Amino acid sequence: MDEILTYAQAAPAGTVSYATADGLLSSVWLLVAIPLVSATILLLLGRRADRWGHWLGVAAVGAAFLLGLSYFLGLRGLENRSVELSLWDFIAVGGLHVDFGLLFDPLAGVFVLLITGVGFLIHLYAVEYMAHDERRRLFFAYFNLFVAAMLLLVLGNNYVMLYFGWEGVGLASYLLINFWYTKPAAATAGKKAFLMNRVGDAGLAIAIFIMFATLGTTQYDEVFNGVGALAGGTVLVLGLLLLLGAAGKSGQFPLQAWLPDAMEGPTPVSALIHAATMVTAGVYLIARSNIIFSANSTLQLVVVSVGALTLLLGAIIGCAKDDIKRVLAWSTVSQIGYMFLGVGLGGAAYALAIVHLLAHGFFKANMFLGAGSVMHGMKDQVDIRRFGGLAKYMKITWLTFGAGWLAIIGLFPFSGFFSKEPIIVEAFARDDWTAWLFGGAALLGAGLTAFYMTRLFVLTFHGPKRWTEDIEHPHESPALMTIPLILLGIGSLGAGWLLATSVPDWLTTTAGLGAQVEGHEAVLSHFAITVIATLVTVLGVALGWFLFRNGTATEPQPAGVLVTAARKNLYTDTVNEAVFEKPGIFLTRALVYLDNRGIDGLVNGLAAGIGGGSGRLRRLQTGFVRSYAASILTGALLVVAAFLAVQAGWLA
Amino acid sequence: MTELELPPIDYAAIAPILIMLVAAVVGVLIEAFVPRRLRHPVQLPLALLAVLAALTMVVVNADKRVITIGVIAVDGPTLFLQGAILALSAVALLLLGERAVERGGAFVAQAAVTADSPEDRQQAENAGGAGEVYPLTTFAIAGMLIFVSANDLLTMFIALEVFSLPLYLLCALARRRRLLSQEAAMKYFLLGAYASAFFLFGLALIYGFTAGLGDRASGVDFATINAAVANSTASPVLLFAGMALVAIGLLFKAAAAPFHVWTPDVYQGAPTPLTGFMAACTKVAAFGALLRVFHVAFEGARWDFTPVLGAVAVLTMLVGSLFAVTQTDIKRLLAYSSIANAGYLLVGVLAPGSEGLSGTMFYLVAYGFTVLAAFAVVTLVRDADGEATHLSRWAGLGKRSPVYASVFTFILLAFAGIPLTSGFMGKVAVFAPALDGGQVWLVVAGVLTSMVLAFPYLRVVVLMWLSEPGDSTPTVAVPGALTSAALVIGVLATLVLGVAPAPLLDLASSAADFVR
Repeated sequence: MDEILTYAQAAPAGTVSYATADGLLSSVWLLVAIPLVSATILLLLGRRADRWGHWLGVAAVGAAFLLGLSYFLGLRGLENRSVELSLWDFIAVGGLHVDFGLLFDPLAGVFVLLITGVGFLIHLYAVEYMAHDERRRLFFAYFNLFVAAMLLLVLGNNYVMLYFGWEGVGLASYLLINFWYTKPAAATAGKKAFLMNRVGDAGLAIAIFIMFATLGTTQYDEVFNGVGALAGGTVLVLGLLLLLGAAGKSGQFPLQAWLPDAMEGPTPVSALIHAATMVTAGVYLIARSNIIFSANSTLQLVVVSVGALTLLLGAIIGCAKDDIKRVLAWSTVSQIGYMFLGVGLGGAAYALAIVHLLAHGFFKANMFLGAGSVMHGMKDQVDIRRFGGLAKYMKITWLTFGAGWLAIIGLFPFSGFFSKEPIIVEAFARDDWTAWLFGGAALLGAGLTAFYMTRLFVLTFHGPKRWTEDIEHPHESPALMTIPLILLGIGSLGAGWLLATSVPDWLTTTAGLGAQVEGHEAVLSHFAITVIATLVTVLGVALGWFLFRNGTATEPQPAGVLVTAARKNLYTDTVNEAVFEKPGIFLTRALVYLDNRGIDGLVNGLAAGIGGGSGRLRRLQTGFVRSYAASILTGALLVVAAFLAVQAGWLA
Repeated sequence: MTELELPPIDYAAIAPILIMLVAAVVGVLIEAFVPRRLRHPVQLPLALLAVLAALTMVVVNADKRVITIGVIAVDGPTLFLQGAILALSAVALLLLGERAVERGGAFVAQAAVTADSPEDRQQAENAGGAGEVYPLTTFAIAGMLIFVSANDLLTMFIALEVFSLPLYLLCALARRRRLLSQEAAMKYFLLGAYASAFFLFGLALIYGFTAGLGDRASGVDFATINAAVANSTASPVLLFAGMALVAIGLLFKAAAAPFHVWTPDVYQGAPTPLTGFMAACTKVAAFGALLRVFHVAFEGARWDFTPVLGAVAVLTMLVGSLFAVTQTDIKRLLAYSSIANAGYLLVGVLAPGSEGLSGTMFYLVAYGFTVLAAFAVVTLVRDADGEATHLSRWAGLGKRSPVYASVFTFILLAFAGIPLTSGFMGKVAVFAPALDGGQVWLVVAGVLTSMVLAFPYLRVVVLMWLSEPGDSTPTVAVPGALTSAALVIGVLATLVLGVAPAPLLDLASSAADFVR
């Protein structure tokens, strides 16, 4: 541990430099290649792979996990723990030089373990969950494609590679959200996700263009070393555009609306892509670019504000939703808000955000899979008002979901306590009134989280049965589904403490994450905040338990202003519709009109003119030799006359 | 009486010409003495062999820069253009010699017999095709070889006649639509003679102009004309009138407006393989002569002839592209396309310096191969009455014969100048030097007319692919080995010159230097 700390202190002073990968780490490209090859095989072989295709998919991710683990361990012994592997020149045009290169450093390492580890469990779960779908092989092909793209995203050594992976996961996400594309809701949700992500992706793309225009490079090390020399305004614009990209991918305000709708996809997709991994790519982007974000305090303030706003937004809406997956989805939005809050606070909080991200990956994947297990037993019912009393019938699901519940609300000694609490403490550690603002928001969010998660848990597993008539005896899911649940449940409970004590130190050697300035003194003492947070949480749980222990109405009830607003996603969709959709439709119609009448009219008129002229001119070609000869003679006279005119100087 | 002193002759330098002439004479003898059914199998290999031998000699001569007998200039442009003519002729000969597509080939032995009459069918059965085609073609090739190497106007005139007369004859020999073919030959002959007269008249005026040279004898060789342009005391009216008339004679062969009027009728009426030969080889010969006359003989008057010929170029491009828009016959459409291409080539001729010269030479080769491939496809789209050249008959061809429709689409895209085809590189090669030379107006006209011209090409593409095949959509004949070979060579050349034009461009620019 001492060595690391010594190194960590040396790093911030110097420039960012990456070692060249050798030995075991020189094969790090296999991480991306294995799932990619598996996806290709599954796509190319088509139906011929139907019988064993899902096992190939599981094996590919399992192999990637084992490899990732060995690379991770291999990294421990190195002095410079950031190793780069340049594979080939990806783009070399004029001044633009983009490497097809990979970077395996502590930050990428923990992401690789999360993606492949949790990914493996969810793949395993999906074998059983998708067993009745005749397109299961295709599902695994897309799933593997996602894993490959996600690994590329976190392993790239420059922003273009990141963008490559970024678009790859976007594609996989789109394909998987509307995997059941015959369902109109799924098709619409896929389209919505795709379009909203485009907004964010455009921001990321422009940010990369700016990097190239101002720094002449997109390599991480060169960008980080050069960012100090940029003007403050440029850094601000660059950071805001990166933030826009991050917000799009991570479902943060103002681009959050697609994420809950994305739950139309199969539940393993929701668990892996829209809870544990892809949606945290925005957090990864900001953590990776921490040197850019730390360079401008306005930028950090914006990130913190986005995080705080989104965490409250997600928590409030989550309280009013009745669809088990939507509640979890809004909870995801809210929890990623915490992570944005963390990365926005900067300094030591970067590492805390990553810890929360990893812990969240476990417990949220666990709860999504639990929700899938419930749906499996309840004939795909998703309405929590029609559950109740399932604890007796689904023991394992109840226990594992309970573990996730304890983890997310953050009571000692469970996961959230170690991952979320420190972020709340950091939020209070600002040196002006904003400490109270952001700290208060984080605390309020914790209370709300406790309330809506308790509501979800109690309504699903406890209280009276409110099942629909067609369900008589809900059954527990088969072993292939419960084993991942159990493993993830254990992870949910224990991961927090484990991660919180090891990851921050581990991450110090990642570029910039080690550059921790001494934190401000918190406006409240650490102990006081812990006590208050615990009190707020207990309050939320108690309220949830008290209100819903006897079940709830099975139909929507008239409600006050706040609840109605929360049911309507706090009117964010309405705003989107009024501000973007309506003018967009109008603009499109106007452009179509202009195109039809104006541009097409011009083009068609010109074409008609030429055609008509040609038709008239054609009559000159009579077919008579005499008229041809006359035309040649006329031409000859003109040419001779012209030459003589030139000679006489008339044309000069 | 002084003793006549014979000039020394560099036989190696004129070997390609001699080979073709000898082959032509041997061909005539074969027609006279070899039994009828053996003539075709003997004549075609002989002609091909002669062309290949001549081509070999051109390659052997590659580094020669000499004027021999005073009238034949063997230099870079000559050798490049002779090589081009021979290579294109070889492909054209494959088309001319095809007998598998149509019984007896595209040429009729006795043109006077009424088409499709019993006698006609009998002659198709027994007499085969016209064997005279081969000696006539070889004569024409020989004439073209002389034409591009002629170092004085008189030799040039004789060469013009040597290659024109066989073409007039060949035009009349179509097996199908024979009256149209004979009418075309007649028109071509009359107008050709008419244009020759202009050329000859101009020649006389130029001769008169050179008489004003004090220190050297008058003459019509290019060195003398060049010197006369610089410092002749004769009236410049002689020079400009003569230059105009000579230019008219050559522009007629090049099919430039307003001397293009014969082109659509002749291209339509002539047997299609011959149309391909004329479109490819005659164009090379005519522009070769234009290049030599205006780059060597009249070099000193560049500032005077450029505006006039520039106007001719613009007019040619306009006529070619505008008329092409409403054509309904594929052969006439290609004829107008060939006229417009003459306009683009004139832009290259007028571009100063060796870049214009090499660009024009590249364009000639690129265009020649593409146009041969185009006419090869035209020979294949046929029904019971022979070739179906009306465009309405091509509707839906893409569904009937996707392979040939694809090939023809590719060829049309090359004509339209789409990148990755030789058409694009050719246009770049002539427009870039013109831009460098400050002739922006010519390039603007070229680009605008190219856009107009793209319309008729794409119309054919749309017709082939997006229209439903009707009952009248003809089938595509299975080509014989010869047409297949010609088609493959033409399409490959179009592709290769579009993707990797550098070797030929380098060759053209290393050859772009006239011996004076």
